[in-house]
Amino acid sequence: MQSRLPILIFALVMAAIPHLPGMPPFWIVLLDNIGLTALVAMGLVLLTGVGGLTSFGQAAFVGFGAYTTAVLSTTYGLSPWLTLPLSLVVSGLLAVLLGLVTVRLSGHYLPLGTLAWGLGLFYLFSKLEFLGRNDGISAIPPLSVGSYRMLNPGSIYYAIWVAVILSALLTMNLLDSRTGRAIRALRRGHVAAEAFGVQTPRAKMLVFIHAAVLAGLSGWLYAHLQRAVNPTPFGAQAGIEYLFIAVVGGAGYVWGGVLGAVIVVVLKEVLQSYLPLILPGSGQVETIVFGIMLVALLQLAPGGVWPWLMSLLPERTSGRKPDTSLKLEARTRAQSQSNVLLQVEKARKQFGGVIAVNSVSFDVQAREIVALIGPNGAGKSTTFNLITGVLSATSGSISVLGKKVDNAPPQEIVKLGISRTFQHVKLVPDMTVLENVAIGAHLRGHSGPIASMLRLDRADEAKLLAEAARQIERVGLGEQMHQLAGSLSLGQQRIVEIARALCVDPMLLLLDEPAAGLRHMEKQRLATLLRDLRDGGMSVLLVEHDMGFVMNLADRIVVLDFGTKIAEGTPATIKTNPEVIKAYLGVAA
Amino acid sequence: MNTTIMLFLLQDGITNGAIYALLGLALVLVFAVTRVILIPQGEFVTYGALTYASLAAGQMPGTAKLALAMGIAAFAFDLFVARQALHARLVVRAFLTNIVLPAIVLAVTLYFAGQKPPVAICIVLSLVIVAMIGLYLYRIAFQPLAHTSVLVLLIASVGVHLALQGLGLLFFGAEGQRGPAVLSTSFTAGALRFTGQSIAVYGITIAFIVGLWLFFGLTLYGKALRATAVNRLGARLAGIRTSLSGQIAFLLASVIGALSGILIVPITTLYYDSGFLIGLKGFVAAIIGGLVSYPLTAVAALFVGIVEAFSSFYASNYKEVIVFMLLIPVLLLRSLAAPAVEEEKD
Repeated sequence: MQSRLPILIFALVMAAIPHLPGMPPFWIVLLDNIGLTALVAMGLVLLTGVGGLTSFGQAAFVGFGAYTTAVLSTTYGLSPWLTLPLSLVVSGLLAVLLGLVTVRLSGHYLPLGTLAWGLGLFYLFSKLEFLGRNDGISAIPPLSVGSYRMLNPGSIYYAIWVAVILSALLTMNLLDSRTGRAIRALRRGHVAAEAFGVQTPRAKMLVFIHAAVLAGLSGWLYAHLQRAVNPTPFGAQAGIEYLFIAVVGGAGYVWGGVLGAVIVVVLKEVLQSYLPLILPGSGQVETIVFGIMLVALLQLAPGGVWPWLMSLLPERTSGRKPDTSLKLEARTRAQSQSNVLLQVEKARKQFGGVIAVNSVSFDVQAREIVALIGPNGAGKSTTFNLITGVLSATSGSISVLGKKVDNAPPQEIVKLGISRTFQHVKLVPDMTVLENVAIGAHLRGHSGPIASMLRLDRADEAKLLAEAARQIERVGLGEQMHQLAGSLSLGQQRIVEIARALCVDPMLLLLDEPAAGLRHMEKQRLATLLRDLRDGGMSVLLVEHDMGFVMNLADRIVVLDFGTKIAEGTPATIKTNPEVIKAYLGVAA
Repeated sequence: MNTTIMLFLLQDGITNGAIYALLGLALVLVFAVTRVILIPQGEFVTYGALTYASLAAGQMPGTAKLALAMGIAAFAFDLFVARQALHARLVVRAFLTNIVLPAIVLAVTLYFAGQKPPVAICIVLSLVIVAMIGLYLYRIAFQPLAHTSVLVLLIASVGVHLALQGLGLLFFGAEGQRGPAVLSTSFTAGALRFTGQSIAVYGITIAFIVGLWLFFGLTLYGKALRATAVNRLGARLAGIRTSLSGQIAFLLASVIGALSGILIVPITTLYYDSGFLIGLKGFVAAIIGGLVSYPLTAVAALFVGIVEAFSSFYASNYKEVIVFMLLIPVLLLRSLAAPAVEEEKD
């Protein structure tokens, strides 16, 4: 994704800072605090900015990390290095528990839910006897390597910043991978990601655990920096503060988390030390000014400071084109003698009193282009959603290659080789065309999150990207490969969706109004592409309003009106069918 | 436990629950219309309560000056936004609502401050002052951010909460205050003693619930607010000024908050930072109500109040833990009951 050089320079600068002559020790303390905060904010970037899951509860995970090592290293005398993995595991396990309850909450329940358990856990920390109640735990042993004991802020500085830079690297590696693309697709809703086999609950849980472990790491470091813990820094206020650090820095960017930590920690420090000089005597003036500045900052840069800074730099769009000679293994196909790929029998879908699809039956054969047409509201897109498992049918059955797949989830349907596009384009606008299309090949890759973080996924990843690049060139968007999907015209975005669907290596392609928003030439190119795909052995089922396009392309047409099939046949017979003409044009009384 | 204690706890719980219900309603209202999760709701409570208590004690509340300062800022924002098309009517209207109004209120407050005015005047003045703060707050802090995400609005809400809480300390000091009872009568029924104050709490809560219901069901403004809540763009296309809807929502929320504060400050001592926790309990109720349903929120708030009363009797150490952890099973039920539904975010 990015070159490593800036990070290396950053690491060298951070390593050099304590050795600068005349560096005030107080600055080192500040940098320690920034590092600890940045770790938590980084987790929130992944969780909130990238994954779209807002959490107020991160301070509680810092608390889990800190209290775990505090209890184990004082009461049980364990070495701090032994408690490090234990702190991370405790944070991670509790994230699983809390995640099971909260991650599935949609929309606004989630942040409020996290606020609730964040508060609850804070009170628990301050009431439990073995955690020392409000006084907390003191006399925690310092970190030590051999005989070198990290007793002061200057010596633990390295431990903190090594942790920050390593975590940033691992997090960025994760984002730039198969799993990372699945995570980045979460924010745009479940349906698109699930249509390509992403297990969205698992992906959400993964970011939740990742963020919690980073917070636990911060807590572990905090406990050994302060050598004492008490409940105050793990309360709801702190949880809220971590969130706004991520937002101020730029919630979608790993370095935004670090920058946010710098801005907020430094701003608070400056306000605390200099404001009393300007406005003496008055209590909490710094809180007032801080709050006002926060609001002002958001009004000036609602997207965060990091993306705003980046937009000042000269633009670099020199993404390398993947090596398309690498081949991805073809999807394993189900063995079947049947020539009928898809059989819809008396499918019915009822929403309350509205019957959207009423006992519709039709089939799609191998090497065939079937068009589903009908006036607006005829139930075409609902039929698509029934076939792809987004909605479950009220009654009737749907079979693929002779096997019933009623009410199978979308992730299972795509495994059978049925892929789709959407009527309302569902791409991730801030991902490149290449990355968006690669989501289509999700099921054809194998690397998990750990492999991705450690960069053991590169061979697998290169093949996925090669496949994506090949499909992008096939649909004629090679030029736009490295542009952000959101910057393309709507027509082009529809074509990107087709490339994404082709990455599944499907036997049946479901296209929902693919020609809408295309110009004449583009429509002709699309028709040629679909004919080529059919001649190559693929079948296509498409919903379309452009009659000229459909009549020239389709082998067979199914007509729906008010949820009921009113006609089926070749384009020639449909054109003259009186029922169809009545449905489209009405009939003179 | 005997029945007397149980009845007593129940009564205590219902009184607190009624307050949480009011706050929960305000939160639901503001969220539905503006998508702002109103963390400073708690500050409206303390501002209302402490302004009332200060006035009753014959002191000058700083909030009246704050209202004028915020009004001036709001006036500047109005002028800046309309700088391309300034015309006299707009300027005069902005001047009247943003500067003349708070200036008059400040003058009236100054007049009454020294002479321990009657309870009714204290109540009215406190309500007006906090209402203006709520109105200008929306104009200054949230209206410029109206197009941004819920998350950004939420963070702005945190910033406002910090600033207002700091100002609260500045105005009212670190000591807690109590105010005089709104109604000083009382009577006993069986073992229970009903104070006029608790009767006022019940009465006003019910009046507000009915009032909001009528407002949203019958008036044009209420319907405009509901339309804004359902679809902002659609409402604008239908000619509803969404910024006005936001201002009305904040106005209502601040009046409700201030009123809640005035109702509890005779019962419990309030500090400048008490509002946060009180507001959060309103939150808990609002979440249980799903942030959409008013009656469910009201019922949930009573439940929260009762649970709090009983847990403070049996396990006072864990009172807050129990109240906030109460949410987890509720959320769990909601997760299991509702399948993951796609939210269209285009």
